[in-house]
Amino acid sequence: MKSANQSSAGRSELMIALVFIAPALVGFLAFFVYPTLRGFYFSLTQYNLLGTPTWVGFDNFVRISKDPLFWNSLGVTVEYVVLNIAFQTVIALLLASLMQRLTQSTLLRGALLLPWLISNVIAAMLWFWLLDYQIGLANVFLEWIGLPKVAFFANEFWAIPTIAFVNVWRHMGYTALLIYAGMQTIPKYVYEAASIDGSSEWKSFWGMTMPLLRPVLAMILVITVTGSFQVFDTVAVTTRGGPVNVTRVMQYYIYQKAFGEGQFGYGSALAVVLFAILAVLAAIQLRLLRAGESDLA
Amino acid sequence: MSTIEARALANAEQRQRRRNLTPGRIGAWVVLVLFLLLTLVPFLWMIRTAFSTTRSLPSNPTSLLPVDFTWGAFQRVLGLGTQAQAIAEGGSGASVNFWLYLRNSVIYSGAVTVGQVFFCSMAAYAFARLRWPGRELVFGLFLGALLVPPIFTSLPNFILIKNLGLLNTLPGMILPAFLMTPFAIFFLRQFFLGINREIEESASLDGAGPWGTFFKIILPMSTAPITTLAILTFIGTWNDYFWPLLVGNTEQTKVLTVALGVFRSQTPAGSPDWAGLMAATLVTALPVLILFFAFARKIIDSIGYSGSK
Repeated sequence: MKSANQSSAGRSELMIALVFIAPALVGFLAFFVYPTLRGFYFSLTQYNLLGTPTWVGFDNFVRISKDPLFWNSLGVTVEYVVLNIAFQTVIALLLASLMQRLTQSTLLRGALLLPWLISNVIAAMLWFWLLDYQIGLANVFLEWIGLPKVAFFANEFWAIPTIAFVNVWRHMGYTALLIYAGMQTIPKYVYEAASIDGSSEWKSFWGMTMPLLRPVLAMILVITVTGSFQVFDTVAVTTRGGPVNVTRVMQYYIYQKAFGEGQFGYGSALAVVLFAILAVLAAIQLRLLRAGESDLA
Repeated sequence: MSTIEARALANAEQRQRRRNLTPGRIGAWVVLVLFLLLTLVPFLWMIRTAFSTTRSLPSNPTSLLPVDFTWGAFQRVLGLGTQAQAIAEGGSGASVNFWLYLRNSVIYSGAVTVGQVFFCSMAAYAFARLRWPGRELVFGLFLGALLVPPIFTSLPNFILIKNLGLLNTLPGMILPAFLMTPFAIFFLRQFFLGINREIEESASLDGAGPWGTFFKIILPMSTAPITTLAILTFIGTWNDYFWPLLVGNTEQTKVLTVALGVFRSQTPAGSPDWAGLMAATLVTALPVLILFFAFARKIIDSIGYSGSK
């Protein structure tokens, strides 16, 4: 009796549910599923945006494997991601631990969050000015302490670290708040027990905070690594891939190929490669960090 | 020593540590303040530069106050000054359609926010509250969309918008994010799951249908998370650059971020109009900053809860 009742309720709610999810479902099918399938299809074609796509099989991928500019963009992107993630994560961990230890101030957290609220474009412009070779604040400061000036965005060595720095600046406070929120979920008694044991703060950080924080850190890492592989805005408004090719990151290369040179099929194939890299990386990170489990059994 | 005594001792010790400024604590504060300065000084520099005269900047590159204070940069950005005055102060003299870009940014971000939050709350209600076969499967598929990087869908979506004849129109820019994002549905579903079922059931005993329950019970009870989501969506969309650059890169449809990129390339090479540039970035950031100051606590508290945004 009861089960029959439930199943009839289920049937009647299905129609209502369909009405409720209809707009989202249309959006999902039209702008997520369809383009995802089509993206794979375009990657197997030659398509210059004007005519119709011509099937070329795996030609684009063969070309990519022999394309020095692709390998260059991959190398540049990896350099950027490594610098960005390393500094961002270490600084955010430091900031979060300091906040945890020193203050609960909302004002401070709000201030640290400010850079994250402004767009990449604005952050890039702002630092383009602060790091200007002639009269930028950073170079005036370097001169004042007796160091040579640096053309941050125009120097082949410094361009990628500079772009990484701008994005670390924009995200460090936000990432710190995410970690800080994760730290709040660690029960107080864990620390009390440690302080009874006479464990030093340094030891309890590595021995307890880090292991207990692992699920949070794993999620943050997957999200930030995925995000920083898709760096585009900062490059597009400052260096545009230069000097020479040192800042032509993958997404900028895809953009140039697909829209600048009208090689839409080739651009799509590059996007497939980027997608594959991100999927593999996410899987590896989640496995290495055993994201699902906390040591707090 | 009993555990209670030990705990009391540890507590006392902790309190003591909080009161006494040990060298370690002083060092920790110094580091924190340094990062705070690194965060805030660029903003002060932005303001200071925006009120300066570009031509005078090289003469005093370290002054904390504006060099040759002027409203000229803002007049240039807002298209209020004369061309001669703009050039005299170091601007390019090219006209900037600031008000048009502002209108576009407001329409783009506003429409995306309203559509996305409304349609996603409908869907989230169906996922959290209605019982129907395939619910978990469909929800899982929706979440799966989070795994596809935006760049990957942007290329085919560009073609789709182009085929629909909506390239370089505001509707074409708005459409893809108008109906759903996986994050918004996930975020709201979490809240709807937490609403007490009894309230809903008493409403349905009173004869309210699912629409009535949704509009009269669920939505009013969820204003806090819905506001938070709306603010986050608005800020995120306001800051968008890649998608509006792809499908809205004409004079009529440019949003502020896209226009800023152009404003930079228009400034004379070698001697950029720094004051104008900083005034433009300041004006572009202003709506977001105002939203932040109005809803700071909501935004700060949402971080960590939302996790992914």
